[in-house]
Amino acid sequence: MAEPLLVLEGVTMQFGGITALDDVSLHVDAGEIMGLIGPNGAGKTTVFNVVTGVYHPTSGDVRFNGESIAGEKRYRITRKGIARTFQNIRLFPEMTALENVMVGVDAHARTSVPGALARLPRTRSEEHATRDSATQLLEFMGIASQAHNAARNLPYGDQRRLEISRAMATQPKILLLDEPAAGFNPAEKRELGQLIHTIRDRGFTVLLIEHDMSVVMSVCDRINVLDFGKHIADGKPAEIRNDPKVIQAYLGVPANAARGS
Amino acid sequence: MTFPPFVLRVRQAVNDRRRAWAVKWRLLPRRVRVGVMVLLVAYLYLLPVAPLPFVRTPEVGFSGVLADQVVIYVLAALGLNVVVGMAGLLDLGYVGFYAVGAYTTAVLSSGHANWPWLATLPVAIAASMVAGVVLGTPTLRLRGDYLAIVTLGFGEIIRISANNSNYLGGPRGITSIPHPPSIHIPVVDWHLDFGVLDAKPYYWLGLTIIIIVIFLLRRLEHSRVGRAWTAIREDEDAAELMGVPTFKFKLWAFAIGAAIGGLAGSLYASKIGFINPDNFPFLLSILFLSAVVLGGSGNIAGAVLGAVVISYGPERIRNFSDRRYFVFGVVLVIVMVFRPQGLLPSRRRAAELAHAGSEGTGLLGEPSPVASESADG
Repeated sequence: MAEPLLVLEGVTMQFGGITALDDVSLHVDAGEIMGLIGPNGAGKTTVFNVVTGVYHPTSGDVRFNGESIAGEKRYRITRKGIARTFQNIRLFPEMTALENVMVGVDAHARTSVPGALARLPRTRSEEHATRDSATQLLEFMGIASQAHNAARNLPYGDQRRLEISRAMATQPKILLLDEPAAGFNPAEKRELGQLIHTIRDRGFTVLLIEHDMSVVMSVCDRINVLDFGKHIADGKPAEIRNDPKVIQAYLGVPANAARGS
Repeated sequence: MTFPPFVLRVRQAVNDRRRAWAVKWRLLPRRVRVGVMVLLVAYLYLLPVAPLPFVRTPEVGFSGVLADQVVIYVLAALGLNVVVGMAGLLDLGYVGFYAVGAYTTAVLSSGHANWPWLATLPVAIAASMVAGVVLGTPTLRLRGDYLAIVTLGFGEIIRISANNSNYLGGPRGITSIPHPPSIHIPVVDWHLDFGVLDAKPYYWLGLTIIIIVIFLLRRLEHSRVGRAWTAIREDEDAAELMGVPTFKFKLWAFAIGAAIGGLAGSLYASKIGFINPDNFPFLLSILFLSAVVLGGSGNIAGAVLGAVVISYGPERIRNFSDRRYFVFGVVLVIVMVFRPQGLLPSRRRAAELAHAGSEGTGLLGEPSPVASESADG
């Protein structure tokens, strides 16, 4: 069997004396929707930050498509095909929705200063293509009507959708979604679940951090669980639901259980 | 800081008025807008010959002010606006690039060689660009205040080095810098003589250069490059994670800004004919920055307007003699109280400044050393 799309191998991430990730190994196969869950502070977002190059792991390796990306520059990692959204929305607030997505599309653009100054035919056609594909993405996400509004002024749900559009615009192989359903009502959550499936069907692999169990259980093919920086479980939703370690992590540990600290 | 209500009311009224005009302007047919711009530019060329009734400079020649001050400030503000306004990098040593341009022209045309001015111009631009890259490569890893302090140091280093370098003439500087070549078209018997007495040709030359620079800057602004700059300015971490090579584009902003500064310096040197380190004080960096901020950071038209006000203002009120800088300072303070976003702000930049500090930055999901990571090196 070929190597999985994304592999974390013994990744440890320390900040001073705090160990945010402790020897975490996990993988994501191409074409699946993988959920990453765990109680608050378990290190889920740290996994995203290590994968996208925000942090360089203290030890261990991150491989994408069989190639080590630990320590690679962030924008290079994005160009290789990993894109993410953020737990607290990080759009470019005063750029329009369309421009936000265009920045994502630009990840693979070849135009730089000389081309823009000379306004070569290639530059112009690239600009048109960028605009077109950004528009298409907004249509796909159902927020085309907001294209020319500043991101700041979009309704909350549309901002979340816009973040996903912007990430998809970078043409990733794997899409990392950090709590995309936060703040959604049940109807919106169901809609988002369908959207994630549609995204997968378009050929994207999805790695999802989500707190809402109904979303996680219904959307994901497979789930990995982190607790206090340690990887404690990996399995299908039904297995995870009944895993005693997971239940313990979520409901709290008995006082006599030693966790080593 | 809180202001009395009337300040806020005036701010709002001014803003509404300007917005209304801006909307009206955009709704005009393209042909009309182009026509108005062409007429305006044509009039700008005629300005020294047919000045407006109140636009004059007591006690000094009007075209001299235009050529020595206004043109230079506008160019410098355009360049600094790329760095500060578009890419959002605070540069307090911009005069350094201006000095590099001026000294390059001086050295090549008079100090140590006899090149004509026109030949020194591209070298001056290239040299200041290189200076921008050399300064930017180590320092653009810093952000905000740290970057400001390092660039401030750079401006001083250039001036003090020039002061202590025999090669650059030390405190006495370099003299006999040649003027631009005179133009003579025999068919229509038309002369353009760049001499000492008539400043008008320099103004026309400067205005032409400004128009070309604006033309090129607009191309950058409306391309992937401008988009990348805006993204960096609004959220550098997010931009990098969306595939923007932030360092490369910040360096480009620095290099382009430096190149335009060098161009302004070269033009200045060839106009006045001699330069020394005193021509490049720290104050000049501040005045250029004031022009950008006063005019409206991030907007090309704003930078031009700000530069005109900063350079022409003190000359206009020369009859206040010694108190004119005091009066001018008070006027600037009043303008900034009533219009903190600048006279002609870019809509986007004004909104960014208004919302600055209203939300968390630098955190990617959880408390982390992301923001300080870059500041540490």
